[in-house]
Order: sequence, then structure tokens, then C-alpha cells
Amino acid sequence: MNPFSVLDGRVAPLDRANVDTDAIIPKQFLKSIKRSGFGPNLFDEWRYLDHGEPGQDCANRPKNPDFVLNQPRYQGAQILLTRDNFGCGSSREHAPWALEDFGFRVLIGSSFADIFFNNCFKNGLLPIVLAQQEVDELFRQCGATEAYRLTVDLAAQTITRPDGKVIPFEVDSFRKECLLNGWDDIGLTLRHAEKIRAFEQKRQADHPYYFA
Amino acid sequence: METQTLYEKLWSSHVVHQEADGTALIYIDRHLVHEVTSPQAFEGLKLAGRKPWRVSSIVATADHNTPTDHWEQGILDPVSRQQVETLDTNIREVGALAYFPFKDARQGIIHVIGPENGVTLPGMTVVCGDSHTSTHGAFACLAHGIGTSEVEHVLATQCLLQKKSKTMLVRVDGALGRCISAKDIALAVIGRIGTAGGTGYAIEFGGSTIRALSMEGRMTLCNMAIEAGARAGLVSVDDRTIDYLRDKPFAPKGDVWNRAVQYWQTLKSDDGARFDKVVELNAVDIQPQVTWGTSPEMVEMVSGRVPDPAAVSDPVKREGIERALKYMGLAPNTPISEIPVDQVFIGSCTNSRIEDLREAAVVVKGRTKAPSIKRVLVVPGSGLVKRQAEAEGLHEIFLAAGFEWREPGCSMCLAMNADRLEPGEHCASTSNRNFEGRQGAGGRTHLVSPAMAAAAAVTGHFVDVRELI
Ligand code: SF4
Repeated sequence: MNPFSVLDGRVAPLDRANVDTDAIIPKQFLKSIKRSGFGPNLFDEWRYLDHGEPGQDCANRPKNPDFVLNQPRYQGAQILLTRDNFGCGSSREHAPWALEDFGFRVLIGSSFADIFFNNCFKNGLLPIVLAQQEVDELFRQCGATEAYRLTVDLAAQTITRPDGKVIPFEVDSFRKECLLNGWDDIGLTLRHAEKIRAFEQKRQADHPYYFA
Repeated sequence: METQTLYEKLWSSHVVHQEADGTALIYIDRHLVHEVTSPQAFEGLKLAGRKPWRVSSIVATADHNTPTDHWEQGILDPVSRQQVETLDTNIREVGALAYFPFKDARQGIIHVIGPENGVTLPGMTVVCGDSHTSTHGAFACLAHGIGTSEVEHVLATQCLLQKKSKTMLVRVDGALGRCISAKDIALAVIGRIGTAGGTGYAIEFGGSTIRALSMEGRMTLCNMAIEAGARAGLVSVDDRTIDYLRDKPFAPKGDVWNRAVQYWQTLKSDDGARFDKVVELNAVDIQPQVTWGTSPEMVEMVSGRVPDPAAVSDPVKREGIERALKYMGLAPNTPISEIPVDQVFIGSCTNSRIEDLREAAVVVKGRTKAPSIKRVLVVPGSGLVKRQAEAEGLHEIFLAAGFEWREPGCSMCLAMNADRLEPGEHCASTSNRNFEGRQGAGGRTHLVSPAMAAAAAVTGHFVDVRELI
């Protein structure tokens, strides 16, 4: 996983609540057995005017000019501004894979669905929860300013707006450490292998019926 | 002694290690695997030169991509076939406690076959790379969906990194009205608390109404907990739980069974246990539910109308309703009973168990598909459900009505196989998600109970099923 420290990036605003993972990456792309290459199909049904299928070359497909990510002013965005309950629905990790492959590193919204939120951290994506008024203000500024950018500093846990205002954000210290260092969860967990084994042996003795 | 909720009991009995910020390593007893979310995990494991920690925790099946008719032709879509074959190869290499491959007599939707084979047991932690893993919480186990990185993590370490959830009690009391089922309760709860209402919580369903529900009904309810934003749904153990599990193929036997039951009987929230939030519903208020929009919280009673966005003051909400109505092709204030229906789908891990099929069959018996309905798919949740239904003659009722009786699988719940809606078609569906494009690009899904789906199939529109029986 790529470590994350400071990002100064362009912002794209996706102004809808309850964006589900079916919308982020439609099911036909879940047939892939790889974990890369989903970026061109991110938000496929909203981004293109035709129906997408796996294996297509997306460069020549008709784009929906109204969809925010297709607008010239948001090209190259690395920060996605979202509304309530982003990432609800299916647990598919293809959703963060597609966001990351497209180029996003930070998501900012008023709330995220649990499983999706978790999946982001495993893939070097930083989801940030802010209070509703802060999110509203970011949407307002982003809409009103060409090439709107934010600076996100994970170590300091701050977002800095172009007008100089600094917005602090919360992140679990364990997740923060993992993301800052690009640590692999499995490697970390296996440091506790002895403890896991001891737990397992005791559990088997106390509850043999779970070990048939 | 301090009182504990069921969730707290399950949590504390599985903590292997805890970080300073509360992040814990939780031991996983049962790992359910299907073909869509596992290939990258097995690949990652192999690339890192790691071995699965405890193969006997794994139970696997192929369900999302498998066709529901013409099994003799195999899987025609080459991409789907490759995914199912990849699962075959991975399980063959790695091993498993049980594997129910495509065409196996006990193959089916992973959340249907876990409980019916007794591989889901009270007191366990159960994970699967699938959000509807919450279903298994009906058996008082801590069950939730995980992402593919976590699937790999569980394969490699038998543990999951987790933070403790908050607890919510959804208490439903009183007797349910005639023809009202667990699905109506689930939709009514989501209508009340919203699709993000349970985010960060484990929801326990309690109260006299829940105690009176069958295990199938409890599974339907816990299945939909994720649609309320909660990773896990739970129901405390009672005699029904124990009776359901007795003699299931993988359930313990003899002395071990007795010992297990003794422990399982402690798996309930203590009297007076404190929940972070309590939501109360009266069973008598719950009417047949129909969703009209593109999120499960966009739900109404069958006697109601589609909302009018003009009457909503919150701009984000109003725009959400406008967008949903546009996608669904519905005018504001349309009576639910006037929404046209093109297809009907009875199936999915929410409502494809034997009881669901019985509930639909009662309505269908002696009637036929309405002429305006293009197709009615009945897709049992597993091979065992299918055989049971056939033994009871239910399939004959469906076939006589002009419905299609299919092979088990996820089917048109998410339309990864060939079963799907055409753009613009409305579907009365017993599944769990009405998101844009969920049942096929441009398809319009209305979530209902099996009885309500059957009623729509025979009348051609949404109707209060109580008018039919
Ligand atoms: S039936 Fe639907 S919700 Fe259930 S596991 Fe299959 S695709 Fe997912």
C-alpha cells in the first residue's frame, strides 16, 4: 500500500447523498479477478451515455457531459467531496480500487458507510468525516472557484482551504499510523501470531463444537 | 455482575489483542467464501507466500455468477465462468471444511446454505466478503461483511482488525397483522431510521414480535440490517434457534451438542442491559411495504403515495427524491397501487428460503400471472430449498400460474448472470437493494415481501395482499 502524508490536490464535488457501491462500480466489472484497472469504469453508468461491459476500450465511449467528473474544470481531481452515507450497499472492495485507480486519494463527506470506510484504509485512500456545515461550505467554495484545491495533512490531521482556514479532522490513531507508513495489515497482525495461536487453543478446549 | 448486551458478550469472547486506540484483533470462527470477492484475496495470499491459517473454518460456494437455467450448458459467459473456475482452483489448492460448487445438490446463496447446513452456529464470529453476512446474526453470532483485503487478512491470520460498534436495540412488540412478514418489519425499520441510521451500530432485534418470528423471518430481518447501515444484525438465542439447528449436517452431535446448547443458552442480552440507542415499533402499525425510489429508505405503505419533492424543505433530500422519481419514471403523488409492474422476482438471500416460497405460494394458488406481467422468476435460495419446495408441490403452483421455476443462485438480485431487467422495466422484487441499475441497467426495482410480490404478479400492480386472501 502507498503511504500517505500530505496531499495538495484538486477537488471534485459529487453532490448527492447515499451514493452506493453499485453506482461507484457496477456489477459487470466485478467479474474481474484482478484488483487493478477499474478506474475507467468508476461511476460507469453516470459517466458514459452507453452501457459499459468489461474489456471495452473506454476512450471512445460517449461521455455524459453533465456528469461532474467529465467537466474540464475537475480533470485531475484527487479529492472527492461527497454527501451523507457515501459507499453504502455492497461490500465490494472494487469501489475503493476504482476510486484509487481513477486517481483519488482523499474523500471528504459528512458520513461514510462502515464497510466502505474500512476498505478505503486498506487501499491508501483517506476518507475524512467533517461536520455538515463544513461540508456544505466546501461544496459552496468548490462550486464557486475554478480549479479549487485543498491541502490535506494526515500527520497534522488538518485540511487547509485556499482562504487559509484550517479544518481539523479525526482519524483512529491505529489507522493513521498504518496509512502514514504504508503498512501491510497482515504483516502487522502476524506479529501477534503466538497470541492468536494461544487464543485458538483455549477456544478449542472451551468450545470444541466450533472446530469440527 | 454488570449486565451485558449480546453484542458485548460476542465481542469480548473474541478479542485476541487490543491496541491503545481500541482497535482490536478479533478471532474469526467461520469464514464464508464466494467467487466474486475472493480471487484477489487468494492471489494476494499466494504472492506473499502465505498459507491459510485454519482451512477448516472455510465454507465456500459459487452463487453470484451461476446461471439459474440450462445448467447442462454450464456457464456461458466466459468472464463469469472464469471467476467460478478460479474459485474451484483456489479451493482445490487450499481446502475447506465444505465446498458446494456450481451444480452441487447443496449449492446455493452463501447466506442461505450457511444456516441450513449448520455451519453458522450461535456464539461464532462469521465473516464473508459480502455485506449481507449480517443475515447470520439471526443465530446470535457476530456476523458481518468484509472487503477483499480483509478476506485475505482472515485467510492469513484467522483474525480481523475491528473497532467495537455501538449497540442499538430495535424492539418490536405485539402481534403482526395478517400477511405481514419480516420483510415488512425490515422495510418499516429502514423507513424509520434511514439507510445510515444504523451506521456504526450493531443492531439487535428484540421484543415479542421478534421472538414470535421463525428463524427464516429473523434471517430476513438481520439480512436487511446492512440496508439500515449496520454491519451486523443480531437476535438472542431461544428455543427456536436451538430447534432449528438440531440435526443440521454440520451442527454438533451427542455430548458435544449438549455442551454447546448449554453455552448457547447464555447468548442473550441480559435483562436491563444498556444499549446506546433504542428504537421501538408497534407490530400493529406495520403495513405491507413497497419501495418507490432508489434507496431502501424510500419506502411507503402499499396504501400510500409516492412523495412530492415540492413538499420537502431540505435541499439535499429534495434533490434526492427528484432524482429518484426521474430514474423510476414516477410522477409525484402517484398512488403506490398505480405503479405498473413488468417483472416479478422472488428470490435472493433476503427472501428465498422455504418459508418465503410458501408465503408466495399461498397467494398464487389457483391464480395465474397477470397478462401485463412479462416474466415472473422464482429462484430458490439453495438446492435444498428447491428440493423441499418440490416435495411440497410449491413448484407446481408456480408453474401452473405461468411463473418460471429456476435453479438456485443470486440471480436477478444483482443481475450478474443472465437474469436481468430491461431498461425502464419495473420489478416487484423480494431482494434487498433498489439502487439504480441493481437488477439491470435502467431497471426499476420495488422491494416487497414474497406475499406482496406474488400479489403483484397475479394482479399486474401493487396491491394490499390482504385483499386477495
Ligand atoms: S442474493 Fe443478492 S444480496 Fe444476497 S448475496 Fe446474492 S447478490 Fe448479494
